[in-house]
Formats: sequence, C-alpha cells, structure tokens
Amino acid sequence: MTSYVALIYTPDVDWSQPEYADGMAEYQRFGKDAASVIRGGAALYHTPTATTVRVTGGKGGDVVLSDGPYAETKEALTGFYLLECADLDEAIKVAAMIPGAWNGAVEIRPALPMTVNVPTLETSDTVTQ
Amino acid sequence: MSAGEFVTDRAASEELTAILRGERRQVVASLTRLTGDLTLAEDAVQDASIIALHTWPRTGIPPNPRAWLIVTAKHRAIDTLRREGARWAREREAVAVALQRAPDDFSVGVLRDDQLRLIFTCCHPALAPEAQVALSLRVLCGLSVAEVARVLLVPEATMAKRLTRARQKIAAAGIRYRVPDSEDLPERMRTVATTVFLLFTEGYASRSAGAHERRSLADEAVRLGRLLVQLLPGEAVLEGLLAIMLLQHSRRDARMDVSGDIVLLADQDRARWDLAMAGEGIELAASAIRGSQLTPERFAVVAAIAACHAIAPSAASTDWDAIVSWYDVLVRLDASPVVLLNRAAALAESGQERAALDAVDALQGLDDYFWWHATRAELLRRLGQETEAAVAATLARRLTDSPAQQRLLDRRYSGRQPNR
Repeated sequence: MTSYVALIYTPDVDWSQPEYADGMAEYQRFGKDAASVIRGGAALYHTPTATTVRVTGGKGGDVVLSDGPYAETKEALTGFYLLECADLDEAIKVAAMIPGAWNGAVEIRPALPMTVNVPTLETSDTVTQ
Repeated sequence: MSAGEFVTDRAASEELTAILRGERRQVVASLTRLTGDLTLAEDAVQDASIIALHTWPRTGIPPNPRAWLIVTAKHRAIDTLRREGARWAREREAVAVALQRAPDDFSVGVLRDDQLRLIFTCCHPALAPEAQVALSLRVLCGLSVAEVARVLLVPEATMAKRLTRARQKIAAAGIRYRVPDSEDLPERMRTVATTVFLLFTEGYASRSAGAHERRSLADEAVRLGRLLVQLLPGEAVLEGLLAIMLLQHSRRDARMDVSGDIVLLADQDRARWDLAMAGEGIELAASAIRGSQLTPERFAVVAAIAACHAIAPSAASTDWDAIVSWYDVLVRLDASPVVLLNRAAALAESGQERAALDAVDALQGLDDYFWWHATRAELLRRLGQETEAAVAATLARRLTDSPAQQRLLDRRYSGRQPNR
C-alpha cells in the first residue's frame, strides 16, 4: 500500500458561499464512493484567505509573511485528499473520480511516511543487528 | 581479473556474449518480478552476467543458461539486500527472505508474463514518452546507457539522469510491476504500441550525424514489435504496429539515394524493396483489420494504408481511391490536422488536386509544420502556381533541420526561390 496526496487545482472557489452547494454535494458523493481509500482531506477556503510564511536567514530567523497564496495562478489549490491505494493505477482511477479532475486537474503525489515510521524503523535496525 | 583470461577461444567467447545478450531481457524481467525493484534487478543481472563470463569458460555453458542466470542473479539480489546500510533493514530482510523462499519456476507461462510485466512497466502512461522510450531501450532492448544516449542524440549524463528519474518514479509513485487488468489492457497496449512506434520513427528521422546508429534503433523497434505479437497474439493494435514498421522498413534501402538524399515513395526503385518483409507486413495488416472490433484500431488502419502502397507493383498502379477511403476511416478515429493533411495528399494523387489544395488550405494550426508547407508547395506546383509554390517551399525549408529534406526541396524548387 502506498499513501498518496491528491492535490486539487481548479479555478479559485469560495466553498463557504451558498452558490457552491451543488459542487460541495458532488464532493460528498465522491467521498462516499471512495470512502475505502480516503484517509483524510479538506476543501480549502479561497486563496485570498491564504498567508504565506517564510523564515529568512535559517532556523530561528525573521518570520516574513505575505498576504495570499505561494503562487498566484489561474488554477489554485482548492482542496486535497490523503489516499491509501494499492498502487498508482488505483490512485489514478480514484483521482479520475474527483470532481476537480474535470473542473481543473488533480495532481497525485506519493507521500513519504515521516512522523511515525522512521524512528520505529531506526530502533528496529539496532535490534536486528 | 577479466573474462579474457579464461577465454582463449574467441568464437566461444562470442557465443557466450550472445547468450548473455539474448537472455538479458527475460532474466531482468523475472528478477524484477521476484524483487519488485527494477534497479536491484538490473544490478543483480549485471553481476550474474559477470559471474557467468568468469565461470562458464571453465565449467561449460550450463544446459539451461536462462535458469542459471535467474538463480544466480537472485542470490546476488539477496546478498545486496543483506549487505546494504542499516536503514530500512527489516523491510529489506523481509524481501530477502521472500526471495529465498520464492520457487524457481521457469515455466513458459511465468516467463512470458514476466516479460509482459516488464514491458507494461517501462511503458506506463504515467511516465513521460521520452522516459518510456529511454527505459525501453535500456531495459527491454538491453542497450547500455551510453548507447541509449547515442541513439537518442542526448548527452550521456543527461540520459543517465533521465533513466534514474524514471526508475525512481516507478518505485516511489507505486507503478506496480504487473500486467494491466482486462479493463485497462486495450488502452495500455495502445500506449506500448505508441512508445515502440516512437522509437521506430526516431530511428527514421535520420540526420546526417549518427544515421547508422539510428537505423539500428528502427531494428530494435521491429524486434520489440515481434516480441509483442508473440507475447500477445491476435491483438489488432500490436499486429497493426508491427505491420506498419515492417512495411516502412521494407523500403529502407530504397528511401535514400547514395548521397543520403530522400527518395519519395513515388520515385523509389521498387526492386530494392525487401519483398519478404513487405509480404509479412501485408499479411499482418490484413490480420489486424480482420481482428479489429466494430471501431478499428488506429494502428490497423494506418497499416492498411501502408499495405495499399506495398501491393502496388509500381507507383502509377497505386490504388489511390482505396487509400483515400482508408483515410476516411482514419479520420473518423482521429480527425487531427496531420491526418487530414495526409488524406488531402492522397486525394491529390487520386487526381483531385484542386479539392486537395482546398482541404490543405482549410487546415488550421499547421503553420509550424514542415509537411503542411511542403504539401502545399507540391500541390501549387502541380496546379501551375509556381511563384506561390516557391514561397511555400521556402517556408517549408526553414522548418526542417534534416539536410536530406532540405536538399529534396532545393532540387524540386531550385531556381524558383523568390528573392527576399
């Protein structure tokens, strides 16, 4: 099994507005259909609500903020899912069911497990040797 | 220590190398199934080949060299897994144990599926076409990185990087080493066919530099096409692919003159066509059309068009009406400007030059396409509009970096170049 993040790029939408209710319902249907592989995810508030954070001069340096998304593009990151699939072929099939795939594009990226797995494995290494 | 120390008989050494080359793809395929890791498999097979070069001259070639190589490579892979650094040790050990326990199965069905798995992995649609082509040459055809770089006209370091990136993507993104399920198979076979055909046409886009090596690229593509038809018999798309390549390749000696200039189909000396190869192509094209579903496969239709040319004993006796109707079928599958352009060219040959020129002029978006200008030039010339023909020829000339194509235009339109 591999973890994938499905990043949804579409024209910027404000999901909190009532006119997007139909679109939201579409996502809810997808959520039900793909429940067995969805491990998490969210719709994102529209890009004017974004704050981009940078630290200059290395760790502990000045925190520099800018109002808005990291990149101003025609299609914005409007939501994401965390998926767990057998392989890329399955992930592609699931991504093709996400409404964003026909309203924009969905980028699927394999996710490297970080927080839990690495320390446990390092410990087990010392045990096995 | 080199293999040469043991091998005194040069013929024996050549036989040995030939066996290793011939078995490489199958052995890599089986090892990739066993390890689930293309890089590990390739390295292990490389090691096993070196061991074979050292031991076979003393022990004699084993009765089943393929089995010997697979088992030896498997042990090398187990060693590598156990030897590498401490990180991920438990997972690697699990793979090593699974490898040790894996039965040594050399039955025809397993070996065949291994090759298919490898082909479908190298031609996975999530890999860029140029990555698919590079991987196919390296992994399926067994060319060295330097050879792949040379035939694709890319610096060796760039090619090494491209191959590494492709292997990393296969591993990290979870492109699994398997034959696609029946629902996906038709589309995935089309991807494989497209990649192999890309490899073939690369071999034909001969530029002055490396023309010889690039022709060997076409040979590799034909070999892969044969393998595909053998592994998945009766598939219209694969038969069509092999038919197109054989039909085009059967004209390889006639399509260039001694100075390396292109000879157009109509002017080719048909006595120099490889008739045996063409015959095989015609039969495959027919089989591909017969085996097509309600909607014919694109490759099968293109093969049918190529076959129409091949069965004509002379250019004048070509059945252009038949070719135009095959193009009508093709347009229904793919109404792209390039297909419409080719249909117009066939229309012109069937005697309808004015209608052809109108069709060519109606096409949008081919302003940067060499053949659009070249076809216009030819049609205008035939219709007696020589000044406009020369202008079109000048535009065409700017759009090709092939010296042979440039010379062809110069020959046709020499003295008619407008002053600029």
